[in-house]
Amino acid sequence: MEYWLKRILAAAVASLLIAGVGGVDLSDALIGPAAAQEKGNVPGKSLGTSSDSDLWRALRRGYRSDVPYRDKQKGVAIQSEGENWRNMRNGPLSVYGGWGLGGVIAVLAVFFLLRGRIRVEKGMSGRTVERFNGVERFAHWLTATSFIVLGLTGLNILYGRYVILPVIGPEAFSTLTLAGKYAHNFVSFAFMIGIVMIAVLWLRQNIPDRHDLAWVAKGGGMFTKGTHVSAKKFNAGQKVIFWAVILGGISISFSGLVLMFPFTIEAFGPSFALLNIFGFDLPTDLTSMQEMQLFQLWHALMGLVMIALIIAHIYIGTLGMVGAFDAMGSGQVDENWAREHHDLWLAELEPGAKSAGPSEAGDD
Amino acid sequence: MARMKFLCDAERCIECNACTVACKNEHEVPWGITRRRVVTINDGRPGERSISVACMHCSDAPCIAVCPVDCIYQTEDGVVLHSKDLCIGCGYCFYACPFGAPQYPQAGNYGSRGKMDKCTFCNGGPEEDHSDAEFQKYGRNRLAEGKLPLCAEMCSTKALLAGDGEKVSDIYRERVVARGFGSGAWGWGTAYQIKGGRI
Repeated sequence: MEYWLKRILAAAVASLLIAGVGGVDLSDALIGPAAAQEKGNVPGKSLGTSSDSDLWRALRRGYRSDVPYRDKQKGVAIQSEGENWRNMRNGPLSVYGGWGLGGVIAVLAVFFLLRGRIRVEKGMSGRTVERFNGVERFAHWLTATSFIVLGLTGLNILYGRYVILPVIGPEAFSTLTLAGKYAHNFVSFAFMIGIVMIAVLWLRQNIPDRHDLAWVAKGGGMFTKGTHVSAKKFNAGQKVIFWAVILGGISISFSGLVLMFPFTIEAFGPSFALLNIFGFDLPTDLTSMQEMQLFQLWHALMGLVMIALIIAHIYIGTLGMVGAFDAMGSGQVDENWAREHHDLWLAELEPGAKSAGPSEAGDD
Repeated sequence: MARMKFLCDAERCIECNACTVACKNEHEVPWGITRRRVVTINDGRPGERSISVACMHCSDAPCIAVCPVDCIYQTEDGVVLHSKDLCIGCGYCFYACPFGAPQYPQAGNYGSRGKMDKCTFCNGGPEEDHSDAEFQKYGRNRLAEGKLPLCAEMCSTKALLAGDGEKVSDIYRERVVARGFGSGAWGWGTAYQIKGGRI
């Protein structure tokens, strides 16, 4: 019994003490229940502890606090980079991209008006040689058709809202763009396979050599009639296209994969760190959101550049030059065409045959 | 014409998350999506502040500017709404939004995120007011009933204010004057000021 008495006594003393200590605060609050919130006052009359400007500045600059959500990005209250991304995408990227594509088409139109179709000067011989075999043509057309699908659906994402939407209306445009988005996702893999095939098939023949210098010096013979420059299987212009497609293709495929699987890969931060070694002063501490924004801009930029390049490639392979399409069509090109444009390659093919050089072809 | 705005008074927010829960319940928001969330800065340290974050219904809203299918629009009351029928789930509004408001039912890739979901200022969507379709896609349309967003209505400390921008500013201004200090109406500069040289 004594034990229990002690316990009860101790509890009573303790509760008295607690009540005594807390009593000061409580009585203050109990004087007027509404006093705390009067005149816009903060409940509890907390007058703030310090100047909070640092805190608000940090918040404004994208400070990320810890949140109990699985997606930790939700801890960022304000991310301002989105505005930069929007201004870049809707501004310079769209504007210069549009001018660039229009410019390429305009230049080609002028070139066509001045130069016309580049013809085989000696006329068609009627004899053909095989320029690209079945596998090569498959690789080319796999890449080409997938690229056209990717290019058109990509352009639709960037410009469709301004060009197609007003014409076909929001519902049809939404359906079209959704289908385009799926096509863009899945066809991209065909493009990647095509890029790999092209690289494997033609890499060896696209290593620059001394003939390329002469080709570039004479503008490839494109601007004057009767001028032909020696070239092997691929001339310098074709090599430029090859390397642009391979390197651009790798870059656009990688950035596309990042966009397809968002917030999984971060590469701009490490790349910037690498560039900083060479004296750049680029930010390396990028959030996953900034990575996505930069990847989108890069992907769109690469896309626009490659589309511009491929427009020129399509022109010279079809309308611009008689006999060129056969190389990728039937795979069989006319001997005279081959002699004028790829004399060294033809000579390699026919070691016994007399090689009619470009000087001869251009000789009137 | 009213210009609807949100304001969260960080000196009053106590991180009770009632706004988050009220919103989820009122609109029957899908699993995994929180149209309104509470972010606490300096949690457990001196100078701790909590703020309730959701779509701020920006003037010159970045989401509207970048949407490839132009499915986001602003009502006459300044409320930013979108059409889930037109949305293709590309995620661009999420990249552009300063407040992380747009969310998707799936965390999938570029093609499989599902339709974007975000705070509607309790104003439904493009469907007919109070229709089943509207409720299923966007939640309740309280504004059409003459009521204000439930998150602000239910806020126990009245930290979160919603309504006509001028009235909201008046209340906040009164508080700041009485208090003798203000924390700045966080997010207002980002949401309602001129950005990128345009209105």
